[in-house]
Amino acid sequence: MRYSALRILKEGLTGNKGWKPVWREPEPKAEYDVIIIGGGGHGLATAYYLAKEHGITNVAVLEKGWIGSGNVGRNTTIIRSNYLLPGNEPFYELSLKLWEGLEQDFNYNAMVSQRSILNLLHSDAQRDAFIRRGNAMFLAGADAEYATAEQLRAELPFLDYDNARFPIKGGLFQRRGGTVRHDAVAWGYARGADSRGVDIIQNCEVTGFDIENGVCRGVQTSRGSIRAKKVAMCVAGSSSRVAATAGMRLPIESHVLQAFVTEGLKPVIPGVITFGAGHFYVSQSDKGGLVFGGDLDGYNSYAQRGNLPVIEDVAEGGMAIMPIIGRARLLRSWGGIMDMSMDGSPYIDKTHIDGLYFNGGWCYGGFKATPGSGWCYAHLIAKDAPHPVAAEMRLDRFKRGHIIDEKGQGNQPNLH
Amino acid sequence: MIINHPLLGPRDAAEFIYLGDACLIDRPDWEAEDAAEKFHEYGYIRDNIAGKMQELWYHEQGDRSWLVVTRDTITHEITDVEMARDVARARGRSK
Repeated sequence: MRYSALRILKEGLTGNKGWKPVWREPEPKAEYDVIIIGGGGHGLATAYYLAKEHGITNVAVLEKGWIGSGNVGRNTTIIRSNYLLPGNEPFYELSLKLWEGLEQDFNYNAMVSQRSILNLLHSDAQRDAFIRRGNAMFLAGADAEYATAEQLRAELPFLDYDNARFPIKGGLFQRRGGTVRHDAVAWGYARGADSRGVDIIQNCEVTGFDIENGVCRGVQTSRGSIRAKKVAMCVAGSSSRVAATAGMRLPIESHVLQAFVTEGLKPVIPGVITFGAGHFYVSQSDKGGLVFGGDLDGYNSYAQRGNLPVIEDVAEGGMAIMPIIGRARLLRSWGGIMDMSMDGSPYIDKTHIDGLYFNGGWCYGGFKATPGSGWCYAHLIAKDAPHPVAAEMRLDRFKRGHIIDEKGQGNQPNLH
Repeated sequence: MIINHPLLGPRDAAEFIYLGDACLIDRPDWEAEDAAEKFHEYGYIRDNIAGKMQELWYHEQGDRSWLVVTRDTITHEITDVEMARDVARARGRSK
C-alpha cells in the first residue's frame, strides 16, 4: 500500500477500514541468504538497502524483543554531519544526504525536520577549533556556517551570552542538521524491507552461531536454528554479549547514556543547540517537550537507567546557556546502552570468521548514522568489500595505528 | 551509587573517577616475544562483562587511592570493595 494524500482522503471518507498492518509476522524459514541480527534502526536500514539497492531479498531480520525497542527508540533524535576527521565526515555526510531523501525514498513520514544544529563556542581557542571543523565539513561537501555572538543575539535572544563563567562568543551552524521522528525511522525501514520480501522476525533471540571450520553457517535462536550464507551482527549496546557467543572479544565497552524530556511548552527553541563548555544538547519536539541530554554516567553498564549526579550535571549545563528553561518541569528521563568504542568511532567490518559481519561501536552517535550505516553495511555484505566512505571503520584499526579519534582522548571509552 | 571505601567508609560514587576493567592491573611484559599483540589486547580489547565485574575506581575527591570495586553491570549493585594495591600484590605486582 502506497501512502499519499489521496489515500488519506479516501480512507477518511470510507471509515478508515482499508489500513493494514505494514509488516508481516512470518515464521522463520530454515535458510536465508542473509541473516541480520538486531531489528533496530541500523539492522532494518541494512535489510532495506540490501533488498532495494542490491536485490538481495531472501533476508531475515532477527530481533530479540520488538523492532525499534532499543536505541532507535531511546535517543534524542538529532541528525547532523559536523565531524572533523576524514575517516568519519564523508560517512556522516552521506548519511545526512540519505536523510534528506529518505521519506520520498521509503514512502513513510519520518518527520525529517532540518531545523539546524548550532554548536556554541565560548573561547578564542574553541573558535579556531570550530572554524577548522567547518572547513573540514566543506571538504566533505557538507554545509557549515560560522556565526558571531552578535548574529546569534539577533537570532536566539534567549541564550545567556554574558554568563560570567562561559560567555557565548559565537557558534558553528549546520543548517541542514535537525531532528527526525525516531520511531518512524524503524517503522519506515521495516515496512520498506518487508514489502520487498524481507522477513522481520520479532521475539527471536540469537543465542549462538554455527561456525564450521572458520565459516559461519547460521545461528541458534530461541526459535530454533536458522541457516544462512551470511550473518550480520547489528546489535549496538549488546555487541560484546552477542559476539562473545562467537568467541570474539571486541574493542568496546557498554555505557549508559541518559536523556530527558520536559512537559510540553510553546515553541521556544528553533533548532538543536549544544553547549560548548560542558555537555548539554537540546531541541524541542513537535509536541513541545524540550528533549535534551548530556554526558555518559561514566561506568560500564547494561542497565537502561542511570543515576542522579548526571541528571544534576546535565541540568546545570542547560542552565548555563539558557536559564529560561529553569522553570520547565522534567517529564521523563531514561537511559540507553551505548557501544562505546576505544576511539569514539564506529565499526562496519568483516570479522575473522568468514560469512560473519559486524556493525557496532556507535558510541552515542548512532541515530544520525542510521541511513548511512544501513547503506554501507548492505554494501559490505552484498559485495564483500567496504563502501568507500566506511573503509576506515575497521575492527583492527588500533593494531594498525589508524585510529579515528575525533576528540583526541585516547583509549578511554567513557571520555569519548 | 555508594562505594564502601575500605579505609573511609561509604562514599558517593561521584567522588570517584572510573577507569575500567580491573584487568588493567595486569600490564603485559614489555620484553615478551608477543608484547605487541599483548599490548594491543591490554589497551583496546575488553571483555565488557554483563554481570559481576571487577573494576578500577580512583578516589579523586578523597584520599586518591585506587580501589577494585566488584559491581554488577546489570543491576549496579556493589558487592565488594578492595584496595587496588592489595589486589595487585595478591596478583604478584610490586613485590
